[in-house]
Amino acid sequence: MPPRQVYLDNNATTQVAPEVLEAMLPFFKDLYGNPSSMHLFGGRVAQHVTQARERVAALLNAHPDEILFTSCGTESDNHAIKGVAEAFPEKRHLVTTKVEHPAVLNVCRYLAKHHGYRLTELPVDKRGNLDLDQVAAALTPDTALLSVMAANNETGTLFPIEKIGAIAREKGVTFHTDAVQAAGKLPLDLAKLPVDLLSISGHKLHAPKGIGVLYVRRGTRLMPFLHGGHQERGRRAGTENVPYIVGLGRACELARVELFEETNRLRQLRDRLEQGLLAAIPITHINGNPDWRLPNTSNLGFEYIEGEAILLHLSAAGIAASSGSACTSGSLEPSHVLMAMEVPFTYAHGSVRFSLSKYNTDQDIDYVLATLPGIVQKLRDMSPFYPKDAPRVVQTSA
Amino acid sequence: MWDYTNSVLDHFTNPRNVGEIEDASAVGEVGSLACGDALKLFLKIDKQTGKIIDAKFKTFGCASAIASASALTEIVKGMTLDEALKISNEDIAKFLGGLPEQKMHCSVMGKEALEAAVANYKGEKAVAHQEEPPVCKCFWVTEKKIREVILEHQLTTVEQVTNYTKAGGGCGGCIPDIKRILAEVMHAQMPPAERPKMTNLQRIQLISQTIEKDVAPTLRADGGNIELVDIDGTLVKVRLRGACSGCAGAKATLQHLVQETLRQKVSPDLVVVEEN
Repeated sequence: MPPRQVYLDNNATTQVAPEVLEAMLPFFKDLYGNPSSMHLFGGRVAQHVTQARERVAALLNAHPDEILFTSCGTESDNHAIKGVAEAFPEKRHLVTTKVEHPAVLNVCRYLAKHHGYRLTELPVDKRGNLDLDQVAAALTPDTALLSVMAANNETGTLFPIEKIGAIAREKGVTFHTDAVQAAGKLPLDLAKLPVDLLSISGHKLHAPKGIGVLYVRRGTRLMPFLHGGHQERGRRAGTENVPYIVGLGRACELARVELFEETNRLRQLRDRLEQGLLAAIPITHINGNPDWRLPNTSNLGFEYIEGEAILLHLSAAGIAASSGSACTSGSLEPSHVLMAMEVPFTYAHGSVRFSLSKYNTDQDIDYVLATLPGIVQKLRDMSPFYPKDAPRVVQTSA
Repeated sequence: MWDYTNSVLDHFTNPRNVGEIEDASAVGEVGSLACGDALKLFLKIDKQTGKIIDAKFKTFGCASAIASASALTEIVKGMTLDEALKISNEDIAKFLGGLPEQKMHCSVMGKEALEAAVANYKGEKAVAHQEEPPVCKCFWVTEKKIREVILEHQLTTVEQVTNYTKAGGGCGGCIPDIKRILAEVMHAQMPPAERPKMTNLQRIQLISQTIEKDVAPTLRADGGNIELVDIDGTLVKVRLRGACSGCAGAKATLQHLVQETLRQKVSPDLVVVEEN
């Protein structure tokens, strides 16, 4: 067994907070009523669903009736994109970016391929930034929806959704943002942000898998996604997933209370990890925009070596991270995000993403700093591309 | 996470024979940084006996690429060059207790590095993949290579071809070409079966059925479609619609694929043309 278990893959999923689990448990036991029922069993449960909705709304500074519970972030994205496209049948154009999560990109591509939509995928620069003039130029009277993520899941790079939303509003285009990575990590004030639809996934902020939210601003035209009963005011039929809704409500409450302090603490931890690795391991690059990033994410490209090999060595040492390398996903090309940023092949395959959460400690970072440089050097020593006279890692005495 | 065998994990964690041989008798190099994996193989060969007395490697790649290279060097040590050349990529995979299907190209890379090293030793030009333009431009895989692999491993689907060669795994632009090559190779392998004489009506029915059952489902899966317009002697007129009718190149490939399938299933003298 490795001496320590360090989980640095929180952009993939997070640990369920103990407070969240505790809040959920009664709803697997005595509080099993259907919130729609006209009896006490239902009524007691309905109160908790209402409270959870208010808690989610509070995190976003939104109205509770703008919160729609879904089964996951992917459902929220599907609902937003297909629901808006259907609500504007005369408009035949969608705009998104090349670096969206597949839950957005593949929905747009599906509509383009099978329903004849014109699709604009906006490019990004080498740091992963959008050109706002290009955003404005892409929007036409025929555009049904603009979907741009708040924060990139792989690099953590933030898009200026306030400015992008303002452009969309000026052009009269509905604006959706996938905020799955941003929610709970950055303040999102929907009373101010010109956003019409916003997706959240529970398991990225210490709620369980299987619950998500679609924020729908009052007055936004949107067709229902699941047809059936009257739940969620007819916009998403199906008996409410009460325990998970309650859990997500608690997670959002925790995130709201802890947000400011945790953001600063995470940024310091992340910076210490990143600076430590860059100091110890030469010929290493930061992928993404280092000045405009999620506080918990660091994506580093190690030249001459391949990501899956790094991950497996890390895993054997008890450290969990992820990679944009082709070999980890079963596809053969490196991540579409790194490719869109034109990250050179020399380190696109050797990219590793570290994503922290509130459960990470200084000791975790020390352990990674003591472990990873040796792994990189071992792999570089067996790489045919690593020049013999290239600098070697600096052995730290952590 | 990949389902690697303990042997793969062992050879990945503790690779055998990593390094270079200063006075190597032969060096074989395959792959590139762009591909995501590469292998450089060094062999020391005894001139008298023709045996491989030492083998070392350097590799850039994932766990299975490292393990495959390590296994290869263990296998070839002590072999004569002729014996070594008989090693197949399956032998490498078998030595490791198997590889995930999607990782078979790692073992193929081992075999190719060995071939390149032997060619280098014999003073031949290294296996020149660059000579003919590639089918798969993302990973530079030629039609010759794809045909060889299909024949050697009796592959029947594009997915398998991708697993073995990487072709089609990048932008996917060459997938219609791979489909065509698969159809051609499979057709060529069929014994010239004695086809019973058909009446004109039977022939028309069979053409119509073949298009409906063998061709259309593949195209529809990709969002396209095919429609039989008319049959005039050996001339089969079709209309291609939907996602497939985007570019001229794709159309030509499709037409070729339809023709090959019809020739194989109905009659070798059929010619498919596109009707607008």
